[in-house]
Amino acid sequence: MAKVLMKGNEAVGKAAIQAGCTFFAGYPITPQNEVPEYLSREMPLAGGTFIQSESEVAAINMLYGAGGAGARCMTSSSSPGIALKQEGIGYCVFGEVPCVINSVARGGPALGTIQPSQQDYLQATRGGANGDYHIPVLAPATIQEAVNFVKEAFEIADLYRTPVMVLQDGLIGQMMEPVDFDVPVKKREIPSKSKWALGYGKQGDTHFIEAIVMDAPMCEKKNHRFFTEKYAVIEKEEVRYEEYMMDDAEYAFVAYGSTSRICKTAIKVLRGKGIKIGLIRPQTLWPFPQVPFQNKNIKLFIDVEMNMGQMVPDVALAVNDKNKVKFFGRCGGMIPSPDEVVEAAEKYIGGAK
Amino acid sequence: MPATVFKKPNGLTDKKLHYCPGCGHGIVHRLIAECVDEMGDTNDTVICAPVGCAVFVPSYFTYDSIQCAHGRAPATATGIKRVHPDKTVITYQGDGDLASIGMAEIIHAAARGEKFTTVFINNGIYGMTGGQMAPTTLPGMKATTAQSGRDPKLNGNPIRICELLSSLTGPAYIERVAVDSPAHVIKAKAAIKKALQYQKEGLGFTLIEVVSNCPTNWGMTAVKSMDFVRSDMIPYYPLGVYKDVKEGK
Repeated sequence: MAKVLMKGNEAVGKAAIQAGCTFFAGYPITPQNEVPEYLSREMPLAGGTFIQSESEVAAINMLYGAGGAGARCMTSSSSPGIALKQEGIGYCVFGEVPCVINSVARGGPALGTIQPSQQDYLQATRGGANGDYHIPVLAPATIQEAVNFVKEAFEIADLYRTPVMVLQDGLIGQMMEPVDFDVPVKKREIPSKSKWALGYGKQGDTHFIEAIVMDAPMCEKKNHRFFTEKYAVIEKEEVRYEEYMMDDAEYAFVAYGSTSRICKTAIKVLRGKGIKIGLIRPQTLWPFPQVPFQNKNIKLFIDVEMNMGQMVPDVALAVNDKNKVKFFGRCGGMIPSPDEVVEAAEKYIGGAK
Repeated sequence: MPATVFKKPNGLTDKKLHYCPGCGHGIVHRLIAECVDEMGDTNDTVICAPVGCAVFVPSYFTYDSIQCAHGRAPATATGIKRVHPDKTVITYQGDGDLASIGMAEIIHAAARGEKFTTVFINNGIYGMTGGQMAPTTLPGMKATTAQSGRDPKLNGNPIRICELLSSLTGPAYIERVAVDSPAHVIKAKAAIKKALQYQKEGLGFTLIEVVSNCPTNWGMTAVKSMDFVRSDMIPYYPLGVYKDVKEGK
């Protein structure tokens, strides 16, 4: 099908409906307001439910019910709003309730600023709910990828019965790009939800979504099951990344989302100056890619983010040599220019080309 | 041939209740199960448990069930009911859960007229955590966080939920009942059944507040605690119908 020009936030809403999402709950917050606005109009037309919830907290707890009842469901928010959802995400994790959380990050902390930011890398990948857990985090760099990742997020959520986050920033949410809604995404074989979801149980085989396990050995066992049967499989099956101009590279930028696009521009400039630099772009932030960082030809990995270096520990662990990892970033809603990125790279690389 | 005159409702499991001797939860559990049985919905009910003593509700009922985050049962029930409009959905919540941490969720679910039923147990105390002051603790009543008794100058006065919610248009039926005497228990059952019927008819949000007891944390015998319900709780929390759309109320 022909591409259509669409704003990132609206494209996310359309992708969700296309993916079979029938329940959306959300609360207004900039810069993601077009997601609930679009879905308030379009979701009922598609036969689904849209609720403007009384709070971010209520929205995620509505998903806990709707997802627990077997519906594909989504909420959307931005930084301080995602902070409020953390407890509910933990309940969805422990209750094994599939749901999708769209996060359009802005500068922080607190209300911070409404400008684009990547200051929620740790919030997304480490979370703020209590306990040991992971959730898959997909980080699109274009609106096309946002559409594809939202669709795939529902597949991953259903297959592993887990919340999945799509982490964007205000740039992707607010800009317009051509997007093709017919790009196929990988479909997973998902067992029927009638086997576990609320409303499908019978006498003698009732369905129960639990939040408390009073017996400590049983609670530990459940934690272990998540790590061995769920997270280990996700780390193996769902990790993804892009390598750009890495074939002959001696240096590598590491960047995701909008920042990766700035790095691609910087790479053209640096290559024009004879510096063999490429880009490793994690598309999943959890699970974090390991393979591209095993590249022994790379002298320096230059992590570029719109934050103070939140991804650096993940890169350093993957490289297994922190001396090879450098960082450049802007934060608080400031977007680095390609010139700034080039300058930072040249400073780190020095005379050694 | 002997006739069966009394039996366990189908909606209750054989699990032994963990509640303290004399606690009202057991009575209310049975009333819910009797009502759901009589309506023929035992296989079509989903119950949402709170945080508090009733967190183990799922093990006592034969319904599909979910343990909700503290105070969020009305939001979670909203999600379930919107996905399964044909199922009977019940939230079972205590006063700390509903009237303190979950106040936003209950008010907005009621305001939206969500078509589920809330059974709200008001015993004026936090039971599970050991007797702390609740938003419903009466003035002068002792709690582990109000050891000389609740002082309205410091803590304000207790919140009356039925009166508060009945100012909204969304609720279809709101009644306050008690389980301190056989007569009140019979009335409580009729109220729960009416709420479930209104839910089935899709009339809107329904809530039954049950004025109950907590002998352990009130530091009373079971009998004394029921006396206290009559002498102190009911005068502050008057029983009766606060909202009934069929009666134009």
